[in-house]
Amino acid sequence: MELIVFLVLLALGYFFGRMAESRHYRRIHKREKAYRRLLVMPQRIPPIDFARHDSTLVMGSVVISVDYFKTVAAGLRTLFGGRVGAYETLLDRARREAVLRMQEDAKRHGADAIYNLKFETSRISQNAGNALGSVEVLAYGTALLPTPDMRAERIANAERTA
Amino acid sequence: MLISNMEVVPGKKIVRHLGLVQGSTVRAKHAGRDIMAGLKNIFGGELKGYTELLHDSREESMERLQRQAEALGANAVINVRFSTSSIAAGASEIFVYGTAVVVEDR
Repeated sequence: MELIVFLVLLALGYFFGRMAESRHYRRIHKREKAYRRLLVMPQRIPPIDFARHDSTLVMGSVVISVDYFKTVAAGLRTLFGGRVGAYETLLDRARREAVLRMQEDAKRHGADAIYNLKFETSRISQNAGNALGSVEVLAYGTALLPTPDMRAERIANAERTA
Repeated sequence: MLISNMEVVPGKKIVRHLGLVQGSTVRAKHAGRDIMAGLKNIFGGELKGYTELLHDSREESMERLQRQAEALGANAVINVRFSTSSIAAGASEIFVYGTAVVVEDR
């Protein structure tokens, strides 16, 4: 009986988890393409081109849960050692999603670039015990915003060339 | 108030350092959300409730940081860093700290 429950959970985790993952990756790829123009740099100090910009803190965060299949697969993996692919994709998804949300935040402010990108990862495990329950990733950085003067100048330039 | 995680502020000059300011919150999620999260642990996917909860607590600790900086007479907080720790099952602490400064236009 217990074995049946285990197998059902495993199957549910496998199918729904995979579905969620591929759906999430499709969404990530689409949005990464859309936000490619907004620079995100981990450098601490922006180049001189941004010396007159305004700045503000922007951030994005996401909590992603493991599925049952991943938990079991990773558990087996820890017996033999080696790469834990199940968790790699999970963290990859979380990081990229967090960066995208940060970029969305920056876009709302009308930013030109984001500098000094920092990541912060933490583990949230409620009833998972030693295993990974879910991860939270926070991405934050300083968005450089054009000043009102710069905006006016850009509009004027665009009109002149038009 | 200007908040930034860089140690310099583009286009501005730091005229005075006022020292460390910080803000923190400890939040716990309610049981209903925990049950939902337990289900999600089987199916996978984003835990929207937790994302929101952590976002809200981060906003709150930022507010506390700003209030402290205002009390010191600062008009900017630079070099801001976040730190998250789960201190007990179901509760996490969000901590944010930075340097309060007075900046002037260059």
